[in-house]
Amino acid sequence: MGISLGVLTIFSLISGRSKGRNSFHFTELPCESSVRLITPELRKIKSDNKANVGEFSPDDAVHKLLLGKVVVLENFRSLKDKLLLLDFSVNAHDGNVITAVLIYLKRTLSKELLFRELGCRQTALRHFIRYLTETKELTLLMELLRSLGRTEEVSLLQYKDHLNIADINKRRDFLKSCVSLPFSADDSAHVQHHLALLERQIQIEVSDREAERGGQTDVFQKFPREAPVLHMPLINTLYYSCLYHYTEPQENYSSPLNIRNTFRVSEKQFFITALAARSKLGAWLDVDTMFTNRKWFGFTKKKSPIGFHRVVDILHRSSAPSQVLQKYIGLVDDTERRISLAQRHKCHDVVINTYRELRDRQLLLGYRGRVEPGSEQEVTIDRLLGNTQIRWKN
Amino acid sequence: MAAHLSYGRVNLNILREAARKELREFLDKCAGSKAIVWDEYLTGPFGLIAQYSLLKEHEVEKMFTLKSGRLPPADVKNIIFFVRPRLELMDIIADNVLSEDKMHSPREFHILFVPRRSMLCEQRLKEQCVLGSFNNIDEYILDLIPYDGDLLSMEYESAFRECYLENDQTSLFHTAKGLMTLQALYGTIPQIFGKGDCARHVANMMLRMKREFAGTQNQILPVFDTLLLLDRNVDLLTPLATQLTYEGLIDEIYGINNGYVKLPPEKFSQKKQGEASKDLPIESKKLQLNSAEELYGEIRDKNFNAVGAALSKKAKVISAAFEERHNAKTVGEIKQFVSQLPHMQAARSSLANHTSIAELIKDITTSEAFFDKLTVEQEFMTGVDTDKVNTYIEDCIAQKDPLIKILRLVCMQSVCNNGLKQKVLDFYKREILQTYGFEHILTLNNLEKGGLLKPQTGSRNNHPTIRKTLKLWMEDANEQNPNDISYVYSGYAPLSIRLTQVLARPGWRSIEEVLKMLPGPHFEERQTLPSGLHKKRQQGENRTTLVFFLGGVTYAEIAALRFLSQMEDSGMEYVVATTKLINGTTWMKSLMDRPESQTA
Repeated sequence: MGISLGVLTIFSLISGRSKGRNSFHFTELPCESSVRLITPELRKIKSDNKANVGEFSPDDAVHKLLLGKVVVLENFRSLKDKLLLLDFSVNAHDGNVITAVLIYLKRTLSKELLFRELGCRQTALRHFIRYLTETKELTLLMELLRSLGRTEEVSLLQYKDHLNIADINKRRDFLKSCVSLPFSADDSAHVQHHLALLERQIQIEVSDREAERGGQTDVFQKFPREAPVLHMPLINTLYYSCLYHYTEPQENYSSPLNIRNTFRVSEKQFFITALAARSKLGAWLDVDTMFTNRKWFGFTKKKSPIGFHRVVDILHRSSAPSQVLQKYIGLVDDTERRISLAQRHKCHDVVINTYRELRDRQLLLGYRGRVEPGSEQEVTIDRLLGNTQIRWKN
Repeated sequence: MAAHLSYGRVNLNILREAARKELREFLDKCAGSKAIVWDEYLTGPFGLIAQYSLLKEHEVEKMFTLKSGRLPPADVKNIIFFVRPRLELMDIIADNVLSEDKMHSPREFHILFVPRRSMLCEQRLKEQCVLGSFNNIDEYILDLIPYDGDLLSMEYESAFRECYLENDQTSLFHTAKGLMTLQALYGTIPQIFGKGDCARHVANMMLRMKREFAGTQNQILPVFDTLLLLDRNVDLLTPLATQLTYEGLIDEIYGINNGYVKLPPEKFSQKKQGEASKDLPIESKKLQLNSAEELYGEIRDKNFNAVGAALSKKAKVISAAFEERHNAKTVGEIKQFVSQLPHMQAARSSLANHTSIAELIKDITTSEAFFDKLTVEQEFMTGVDTDKVNTYIEDCIAQKDPLIKILRLVCMQSVCNNGLKQKVLDFYKREILQTYGFEHILTLNNLEKGGLLKPQTGSRNNHPTIRKTLKLWMEDANEQNPNDISYVYSGYAPLSIRLTQVLARPGWRSIEEVLKMLPGPHFEERQTLPSGLHKKRQQGENRTTLVFFLGGVTYAEIAALRFLSQMEDSGMEYVVATTKLINGTTWMKSLMDRPESQTA
């Protein structure tokens, strides 16, 4: 069973492989004789055809390869010839030919020599890198890159491999071995954080699993863990910590404050995460203390790093009761937004107060129909409408 | 004959026919009954070239998907593997071959590599000891696939990454080959313009390939007057922005693959009157999208805000047509009406489909999230606050919005600011790594390499100058009746298309300074035509330019070019070619390492 390495293309004329096939588009197709006119090199090939065993130059060999013929590259023993093979194949641009030559050189040249020669041949080098990447010869690839001084690239390549390790302990060990690699200063810090995070997760998981099984810790019973804390991104880990370790002192590795300080989480991120976690647990008092109170001409005003409408959104997602929602809706700065939120969540008091703030009698009157007849809110509305001291604008 | 390919100025059916002929020849080479084992990825592109009917004509009796283990039973003489040259697929093939029961009905094996053979793959087969089992090993050079009458794509997904991240120009070699094929069929292109390093490289290869055939003259009358080669990295901004044309939005939201889109089925289920609604279909609705569908051809390139009106208008036309049945009195008239029915029913069905699609899209475009995102995009595009941390982006990260959405936005900011202040960049990086995982330092590195997300280098931010000189931002863009290409992004004119527009008139000499601010050289080359082939242009006849985007092109850009073609006094018609049809999301994915784990 022979292999027919025929090259099928009606555009063989363009591709440089002259296996002239008839195509309905070419009125003039080069037949064997006119092929000779095309390129002098191809002319030489015809005469070489008979000599399969005889000596031929690297140039000829490359041309044969381009034509899809089988060539015994082992005939080229000297370094000079090997490099000529490489240079000619690069000039011809054909990826398969370049790869074939590179495979031969990889087999027959020492690493150091090969790397050195590739170092000054950019195209061949790129091809070789591509080849090593495709065949997944990572060790050799990293050696090559190192020899070229592309150390940051090597570090990242090695780091990337951690994604193939599922077990967290093994992954942690792997990262430990990566930390000292020559990353850029930036990436180095990130990798260190990555390692620190994994180590912390492992510790937390061990102690929490025990606590969970022990059955003594309330929070694990009331809000059972949905998944181990392993492999989670940092913010998710922080969320977990706010759920299960909120009140712990700063020195504990599992406390939110410790995580915040070690990994330098931004104030906003910390706030949002803690808010979401405490809301999930229905810990409304904790939520309340998150807002710093600012004294303002005798009033205490709550301050929030994020808009109060977003606070409301987060609380709502945790099914906060309306008294809680109401408090924060009332703090939304923008009156239109405040009203729309209050209406959506049926916090009548807020709507009423806001209309009063705006001194808009018409709107207040209109809203009367929306509250339950005989309710406290209706009474309040009537009282306000009747209040002659308020200077209504309409 | 594919109907949708013959509409344009250039008959791309010729290209398709050439491809079909090659396929037929290969199939006939493996004489006798056959079964094809498909690399799944190829079924899409092949569907654009040939349907099963063609295969059946050449004795293809069965088709299977490539997977490990033993091949399914089939009483055929030949088994042909249609595969991409990928090592992992070679292992599967080897497994198939080795599991073959040679005792009962021995079958002959063949491989067709698409689009090229690979030495590495053949070596792998040799290592697996199966190379000798194949009778024919060939390559099916499918470089440029015609997608529509004015659109060609190589569907070479990794081209941008290879060229700009890995400095690997293999894709450019294939591009040059594809262009040589095109010239063989449609004539030598007399003028070549280009901007970018890759463009220069492709042009060089083309000229060199032409030289290698000095002596044989291509006698075909040139169809294309000009070729314009553009590097994607000359305009990194456009693919990052959310497209606002109908087709662009379909691609952004649902993804158009090989001319097909898969849509959520709920809106497309047929409910007959009085019938209890059946269980909703679980399979997505698959629709083909090309210019053979009249309505689609009319609305695809419109700004989405103009689609509603167009659909209403069409509804009225179709209603009126159906009403005509009341006017048909004579037998002749009735006969004529009946003969029109299939066409009218197709039109009505088409209208129903696109009304449903438009409704689906409208749900998204009228949402607050969409509006907020668009607002930020437009702020960046007009240079507002591009040097600070953007609160909207910060909030999106805090809400754990999809990572790709975040990356598109921060890259936009970086591109519009010519790099971010170190503090700002550090902030974004930290927030992203802390929220989505530290492993994303790999992606962030890739983005920096590609020039999409990088620190400020100290050189001036040229973006405002480029924007002003090329009029990239057009306030009050008319979405309903556009008079400028900026309608495709409701105000932003894609830089790549503006360059194309200026090239045609008044020419690039008028924007020399701006061109120098964009990466890579710009150049012009001429290819001599054999005497007698110079076109004598008729009065008012348009010239044809082939615009080739190296690294990807978006549907919005294609729409903008079609708009230019249709303009009264442009004198130019455009045909688009590219390495890949992209949108911001697919483009970003190609730059990420291990995208499967990173789309959350």
